[in-house]
Amino acid sequence: METLDTVLSYIYQNLDAIFMLALSIFLGIEVISNVPAILHTPLMSGANAIHGVVIIGAIIVIGHTEPDNYMALTLGFLAVVLGTLNVVGGFVVTNRMLEMFKKKKPKAESK
Amino acid sequence: MGTYLLEISYIIASILFIFGLKMLSHPDTARKGNLWAAFGMGLAILTTILFHTKGTHAIGNHMWILGGLIVGTVIGWLMAVKVKMTAMPQMVSFFNGMGGACAAMISLLEFPHIDASQGMMTGEVLSVLAGLMIGTVSFMGSVIAYGKLDGKINDVKSPILTYVNLAFLISLIAIGAYIMMQPEPNSTMLYVLAIVAAIYGVSFVMPIGGADMPVVISLLNSFTGVAAACGGFLYDNQAMLTGGILVGSAGTILTVLMCQAMNRSLGNVILGAFGGAAAGGGGAVGADGAVAKESTISDAAVVLSYAQNIVIIPGYGLAVAQAQHVCHELEKALANKDVNVTYGIHPVAGRMPGHMNVLLAEADVPYERLIDMEDINDSMPQTDAVLVVGANDVVNPAAETDPASPIYGMPIIQANKAKSIFILKRSMKPGYAGIENELFFADKTRMIFGDAKDTLQKLVSEVKNM
Repeated sequence: METLDTVLSYIYQNLDAIFMLALSIFLGIEVISNVPAILHTPLMSGANAIHGVVIIGAIIVIGHTEPDNYMALTLGFLAVVLGTLNVVGGFVVTNRMLEMFKKKKPKAESK
Repeated sequence: MGTYLLEISYIIASILFIFGLKMLSHPDTARKGNLWAAFGMGLAILTTILFHTKGTHAIGNHMWILGGLIVGTVIGWLMAVKVKMTAMPQMVSFFNGMGGACAAMISLLEFPHIDASQGMMTGEVLSVLAGLMIGTVSFMGSVIAYGKLDGKINDVKSPILTYVNLAFLISLIAIGAYIMMQPEPNSTMLYVLAIVAAIYGVSFVMPIGGADMPVVISLLNSFTGVAAACGGFLYDNQAMLTGGILVGSAGTILTVLMCQAMNRSLGNVILGAFGGAAAGGGGAVGADGAVAKESTISDAAVVLSYAQNIVIIPGYGLAVAQAQHVCHELEKALANKDVNVTYGIHPVAGRMPGHMNVLLAEADVPYERLIDMEDINDSMPQTDAVLVVGANDVVNPAAETDPASPIYGMPIIQANKAKSIFILKRSMKPGYAGIENELFFADKTRMIFGDAKDTLQKLVSEVKNM
């Protein structure tokens, strides 16, 4: 009974997050469902860049680390670098892939 | 006021992520979608640094954060700009792994700070452990996938690995449960968890065939999304939560779509139906002693020039040889001779879905000349000649005729139904699935050996001189 209580109160305390979770799952499915095969790769790459949002967690960790805890600072620094790699690399690679779709448009019309 | 601005900026960022993803799924708006999502990300990062507080403490250690952002930006930018189009898939895998590693490190750093006054059976601990596990698996898995696509790591196929992996998965859950049952945070067990997760990441991807790597990357991509969402739970951070879950669910659907394009189930891919049946090295002699016939370039040029309908079927070989521009030249030269040239695009040709479209678009091949598999198959019987450029498994008739073949059931482009077939290939080596292709030994098939770019170049000049 006590565990059930804990679980229920945990759910209650995190109602917002659980709402968000449920809605986001549906949104993700809905948004992707009708994608032409050509866009699978750029889309995967774009989604890859978006989960780079984990960088925010890295910033929070290092931002609240004691300034003299060099071990934690170094690890946090590394986390920020890795997260930034994910974000910047992800968006730039996606953009490069998509640039190729953009280019051929005016040419196709001029023919 | 800062907190309000922070929360509002997180909502804006979340909306931009959703819109960005939506726009990314249409060719016309894709590029804008990517930029909007990037803008949302920039906004969320900026406001986090400026306004995030924990109790009364604002974000400190600005120099460290700024330094990390700059180092990451410079390296990431350079890598993304310099990577060749052929190496794009492994690049995505690499960046995905970095995100996973980032999530894992956050968990490692947060673990000692866990408040154990309520015991360890809390959502907070669960988020930290799940973030560490999933992030680490995603990181190691992505690194292996990167190595495989880059040709640095070979497949390790063994039926035992399935059970080994299952054992790893169970022990991961057991270690996690053990940590949660302790009264205090136990760092030693946390490291054990991280190490087991790392080994699992390796052994999870190891047995999966190289041809299935796109699916694996997409799957690991959604893993990293979930890992990021764990961080969102931990910090009660809306941007991380929506961004992470969005990628988690969208990535899962994308993975399923990719599997469908290959007519296989996800379980089938992960358990590795490609294992086992690898054929031998392959020579110029087929299974029943048939011999592949070679053609000279001028013979091929004659046939192509006097044909009415030609279909070019590109594959990974086109990407490796960077032959997309020459390929377009050949198409134009033939069009000048009133030959109708189209491209037959298999959904998984190359190393990733859409790989061929991206390459050919780079060479300015008009969009409407790229025909999907189903449509091109309808017109195959009326096709005078097909030109297979560096493709193999996607035109292998065994997928339709031989139930014993490991690729049986995968839809193919029915090149065997065309009147004549030219195959541009480096050698008789089997394709990625590692199996023989009987198409090469058919009576109407002619092989042209050599580098695709080189051969195409010669074909172009022959056709022009005709």
